[in-house]
Amino acid sequence: MHIPDGFLATPVWAALDVAAAPAAGYLARRAQRGFDEARVPLLGVMGAFVFAAQMINFPVGVGTSGHLVGGALLACALGPAAAGVTMCAILAIQALVFQDGGVLALGANIVNMAILGVFAGYLPFQLWGGGRWRRFAIFAAGTLSVLVSALAALAELLISGVKMPSAVLGMSLALFLVSALLEGAITLAVIEALEAIQPGFIGKPAAGRPFALRAAGLAAVLLAAVGVWFASTAPDGVQKLAERSGISQAAALFSTPLAGYQVAFAGSPWLRKAIAGLAGVALIYGVCLLIGRAARTRSV
Amino acid sequence: MHHVVLERWSRGASALHRRDPRAKLAALLVFLVVVATAHRALPALAAALLVLLSAAVVGAGIPLAGALGRAALVLPFTAVFGAACWLAGDPARGLALVLKSYLSALAVLLVVSTTSLPVLLRGLETAGAPRYLLMVAQFLYRYLFVISEEAQHMSKAAASRGATLRGLAARARFRAAAGALAVLFARSYGRAGDIHRAMLARSFPGHFLTLDALRFRRGDAVFLVLASLAPVAARAAVERFARWPA
Amino acid sequence: MARLIEVRNLRFRYEDGAPALNGVDFRLEEGETVALFGANGSGKTTFVMHLNGLLAGDGSVEVCGLAVDRHNIPAVRRKIGLVFQDSESQLFMPTVLEDVAFGPLNLGMSPEQAVARAHAALATVGMDAAASRAPYHLSAGEKKRVAIAGILAMDPEILVLDEPTTFLDPPAQRALAGLLAGLPQAKVLVTHNIPFALATCNRAVFFQGGVIAAEGPVEEIVSRFAWDFAPDPSKWNRRQPA
Repeated sequence: MHIPDGFLATPVWAALDVAAAPAAGYLARRAQRGFDEARVPLLGVMGAFVFAAQMINFPVGVGTSGHLVGGALLACALGPAAAGVTMCAILAIQALVFQDGGVLALGANIVNMAILGVFAGYLPFQLWGGGRWRRFAIFAAGTLSVLVSALAALAELLISGVKMPSAVLGMSLALFLVSALLEGAITLAVIEALEAIQPGFIGKPAAGRPFALRAAGLAAVLLAAVGVWFASTAPDGVQKLAERSGISQAAALFSTPLAGYQVAFAGSPWLRKAIAGLAGVALIYGVCLLIGRAARTRSV
Repeated sequence: MHHVVLERWSRGASALHRRDPRAKLAALLVFLVVVATAHRALPALAAALLVLLSAAVVGAGIPLAGALGRAALVLPFTAVFGAACWLAGDPARGLALVLKSYLSALAVLLVVSTTSLPVLLRGLETAGAPRYLLMVAQFLYRYLFVISEEAQHMSKAAASRGATLRGLAARARFRAAAGALAVLFARSYGRAGDIHRAMLARSFPGHFLTLDALRFRRGDAVFLVLASLAPVAARAAVERFARWPA
Repeated sequence: MARLIEVRNLRFRYEDGAPALNGVDFRLEEGETVALFGANGSGKTTFVMHLNGLLAGDGSVEVCGLAVDRHNIPAVRRKIGLVFQDSESQLFMPTVLEDVAFGPLNLGMSPEQAVARAHAALATVGMDAAASRAPYHLSAGEKKRVAIAGILAMDPEILVLDEPTTFLDPPAQRALAGLLAGLPQAKVLVTHNIPFALATCNRAVFFQGGVIAAEGPVEEIVSRFAWDFAPDPSKWNRRQPA
């Protein structure tokens, strides 16, 4: 589920853009392995595959059908870093070319699907993908990746003040669960069919740094679960959250970085907000650029 | 297909097509922020911004109805949440979701249909976005055409066997779809290998070299200032004179 | 005449253990155009990929006097240009011009030089008007021409084309034969297309079971292995129109 622009409160999309940019940069460097760009075509073509895969419908029964989302399949086939980068590229193309997901909300969608979804999906595969629970692990990978992405998106929407009657909320949770289970089933069926064509195509999870990966996967699952729980108990959004936790000063400083200069603009509150928003964008841009630079020099 | 139409539009030659991609991206960001942070007199502001965007669409020589229709791709998703908000007793917010997401989508569409994607990605690269990610996006876009065509052939082939497939249980059709995807996956993987060999055969040194640097001219700067001021001014005017309550 | 390619007793096995080449001996002289015939899976494409070091087997491969080994690969890849069967995989850059300039840029030319080279190569194949187009929107014949331009822009001494007529309609095949005839480089063509080989090649070799089973003039090889749809059209079992 791709969040369009206009849904998220400014502090939410801004914070997620700030979080997503360095994370995407880090994934790109890990996927790149040194400075060789030799795997660019593989990641690009597999991204195009995930796009095209959406044209192939899977019957679910009662006349409806679903399609592959792909995060877990990519994670099992390419490893989590490459899968994350590929998902980032997919989301960027979807936002720019297909108006599927917003541009300001791109950070949120990257966090939900390319980071949380991919790492949560890789967790069961990493834990059990090599043993006799492999089939279950692949099914769980697909299920968890979609469930975590959807829950994270739901949490962000609720925090931003998008209102949902409890019946609708319950229904969407049920819907998420169904599509997550469907993704698990599709991922498993596709990987089994692949291994029938070419045994050993999807290998066992790679050894090396299992602890960090498991921690990242677990963190993704927890973050989504806690986020939804938190968002549904505090449905009035960021403002109340800030007041309640007593960090309203900090929050105000964050959402309006030019708070100190507001007087100079003589009043009209929207101008303050717009300028604060633009300054926020500039700030995000600066921070991301700096982090990028720092990371680049460190890895040289 | 959607992206084929956009690509055709992006080959136009209007003044907007010729602007530096970075100027267009920066102006887009300003527009999106103006929309995202708006909450007073939203219907009037939306009308004003819609007129602004429509004028730009027409000025760029892009069919207005086509552009408005394509931006409406966001509406089904948005309408669901708008309705949810309305049911929850907050119709104003529901309306805001619909208006904001539609305007944002139209603005993005305007930029993408006046800038070819490779040029847009180049602009993002010189603005500091991770190059590796952008190269992946460029290959994704290049082979999107090829692989979705393969997928269409496969789903047509499946449909032409429909007579036999329809008789099958859902479970068997599910397996058939999984088989088709597996073949598509293996083919895509193989194609990536072919591309890599073709790169090596032409002395690929390990990283991509680019032909031409983008040039930010004075016209781009003027455009950036004007295009950024327009939505800000529209919002100032609307919020000053409109009588709609918050 | 200078010897451009000299292959001696080349052997190669795929990772899964299947033998692909079982001792291939091959020579290419300056000015020659040689057809590689043989059944699918007889080792033609595998062989071709050894010529520029994409695969490495046992035995010796020399190109323009250079042994194809890790050390010489960059130099060898300047001498020998490989045109792949599927142009879609070969034309991976967003526009025709960028794709043709890809090789020259990799050879260390400045962007201006690379663009000049690319335009010259596109003019040679008659595709300069398409320079700013996206490869996806070209016809199969146009794609093949652009793929050849991408190789010509690197100024190689040998052209190797893998199944160049696949996906081409007969007029495009004819045009391609004309184009190849006008290029001065020595050429190796992997092909199943006998009329095309007859029109373009002065020698043929026949691959069978991972070795070269025979070589000689094209007609001789074709008739010796009955390597045509129907060697004698008069014996075709044509249905008479009603």
